[in-house]
Amino acid sequence: MDRLSDIYVLPVDDWIESFVKDWLVPNFRPAFQAIQWPIDQVLTGLDAFLLTIPPFLFMAVAVLLAWRIGGRGISLFTLAALVLLDLMGIWDDSMTTLAMVLTSVVFCAVVGVPLGILAARSDRFQTGLRPVLDIMQTIPAFVYLVPIVMLFGVGMVPGIIATIIFAMPPLIRLTNLGIRQVPEEMVEAGYAFGATRRQVLFEVQVPIAMKTIMAGLNQTLMLSLSMVVIAALIGAEGLGLLVFTGIGRLDVGAAALGGIGIVLIAIVLDRLTQALGEPSLGEEKRSFRGLAMRLVGGSPAADKADESAADPAGPAGAAAKRN
Amino acid sequence: MTDVAPKLEVSGLYKIFGPSPERALARRREGGSKDRILSETGDVVAVSDISFSVREGEFFVVMGLSGSGKSTLIRCLNRLIDPTAGRILVDGEDVAQMDAEALRQLRLSKMAMVFQHFALFPHRTVGENVEFGLKMQGVDRSERRDRALEALDLVELRAWADRSPAALSGGMRQRVGLARALAVDPQILLMDEPFGALDPLIRRDMQEELITLQRRFKKTIIFITHDLHEALRLGDRVAIMRDGRFVQVGAPQAIVDHPEDPYVAAFTQDVDRGRVFTVETIMREPETLVSGADDVDGALRRLHDSGRSGLVVTGADGGANGVVGLAELSAAASAGGDAGALSAATQDVTTVAPETALADIYDQCTAGLPIAVVDKAGSLCGVVEPLDVFTALTGNEGSEDRKDAGRLAR
Repeated sequence: MDRLSDIYVLPVDDWIESFVKDWLVPNFRPAFQAIQWPIDQVLTGLDAFLLTIPPFLFMAVAVLLAWRIGGRGISLFTLAALVLLDLMGIWDDSMTTLAMVLTSVVFCAVVGVPLGILAARSDRFQTGLRPVLDIMQTIPAFVYLVPIVMLFGVGMVPGIIATIIFAMPPLIRLTNLGIRQVPEEMVEAGYAFGATRRQVLFEVQVPIAMKTIMAGLNQTLMLSLSMVVIAALIGAEGLGLLVFTGIGRLDVGAAALGGIGIVLIAIVLDRLTQALGEPSLGEEKRSFRGLAMRLVGGSPAADKADESAADPAGPAGAAAKRN
Repeated sequence: MTDVAPKLEVSGLYKIFGPSPERALARRREGGSKDRILSETGDVVAVSDISFSVREGEFFVVMGLSGSGKSTLIRCLNRLIDPTAGRILVDGEDVAQMDAEALRQLRLSKMAMVFQHFALFPHRTVGENVEFGLKMQGVDRSERRDRALEALDLVELRAWADRSPAALSGGMRQRVGLARALAVDPQILLMDEPFGALDPLIRRDMQEELITLQRRFKKTIIFITHDLHEALRLGDRVAIMRDGRFVQVGAPQAIVDHPEDPYVAAFTQDVDRGRVFTVETIMREPETLVSGADDVDGALRRLHDSGRSGLVVTGADGGANGVVGLAELSAAASAGGDAGALSAATQDVTTVAPETALADIYDQCTAGLPIAVVDKAGSLCGVVEPLDVFTALTGNEGSEDRKDAGRLAR
């Protein structure tokens, strides 16, 4: 007898099982079902939209957008990536994956940015939030797929919920960090000229933190992309399903096809969001009005964008490669 | 001072940071030392029993070294930091007791602030930065723009209104900071070491500019600095602050001539003035000649107009090559006045580093010619007039601009 477990085994698995099965699921299933509704609406809408518009139209719009936001290099890469997706015959799967990723990012932003702002404004809230974020990021995704299936069932929406849980923490953390890093003197200047707390937040702190918040959004996007593959395990479709069935049948070709598709989408989205978060090109770039102007024909700072395209260093670039 | 009600009156002001400010306050009032309070209660006494009053239009300077509590003090005045105890009366109203809305009104219209590191908003243009206070007041867009441009005119930066603050030099940024404060037409201007982050020559220019603006607008100014020279130059009255207290308050001359406290004396008289003041503090913009390019008559005119003792001759590389005085120039003019005569008249120039103490250049001053101040890279950054050295040493602020500052003081 050399192990404690020979005498007594702590039934942690039983506890968790009864907690989830006997308490969480019967009491809260309706609430969890309600959460699904808005996600379902957004996802279904986006998916149907992306699958309905003709690929050529999508390509034209995407390339134009990429050119305006990021310059020539990124737009050429976008064009090449989209043509390749179509040529490989995985266009529809790619659009479904894109819809899933965009849905997840939208909900991450809607929930994550306000949480990050709250954390930046309250040390107590930050202290409480931090372990939750740690848990969200460290628990292996496979582990929480099971309770998610029990609470939400299988399918696309539960897959996206798993993706949101996995992808949201960096956005919260970086929003918090970005706002806390705004120089104290600038915040003081806001108050000294009679700004209210709300005005200081929206006129001073959030705009100055925007670059960091955009970096968080970029990370969230990348994590979402890697998670939608795993979400195929619980019935999500798209490129992830292609990989998943490829593995099941030992079909290397099909699995690789799905992988290549995800990498291409990841690189395009990564470059685009990084270019969006690059604030140094000119003042008008940082306002929404400026962005709109650039979309219709302002000055695309092509040389600068080429630089960032040629230099994929930095955590986001590395994350994209890993995918 | 006694016949007019003060614009700003502070009495018994304390600010204590830490876990138990009330307890620390009681001990401090009983006479406990800062160090003892820190070790017993863990509280830091930043501002301790400060009282002063400032009349309308007065330029009041608080001078102290880092850690003396001066930045905390100025932040108590507009409640960026809440004081622990004491009264701050602005036009008879106690700022310390104001509720959030009254405080906001005070900050919107009566008090504006200029910050050490400028605190310009990087996501706004220069013009939008200057508009900020007006935007908070709810002034509509076009009027805001007009008034911001007027304020930028005051600091001669109108042409930069649509640029990013990042495109500006340090001195220009602080002029934007000043314009942002002036745009709301405040009655009281709080300036927290506004020139502390600037180069010495720029700092002197900014001081000049502030003196000019103050002559025109007569704001009530509370100005924080760690530079005694700056304090003496700008202030109608100067308060010397140490360990959270004022050790002396008075007109600049009184501070220098009758230091009431060993600490003040250490700043003013105990230390050899020639050692305290460096070349940097008295140097002026150089009046230069480019060798081979300027003629003798032009040089004579320039020398006469500038009122200097001589002109520094620079080479094509911007370094100081020589110096010519009035006697030599006159001789060269009577000898024909061509370029050859000019170069023959040129004498060797004495060069010194900006951080040289005045005591070290006494000998060089006896020649009666300007001394070139040269930085590490070898380029000319200013000149020192011998006369300025001696007026700085006597402490009898004699040069023209100092007289102006002195006039304000009286």
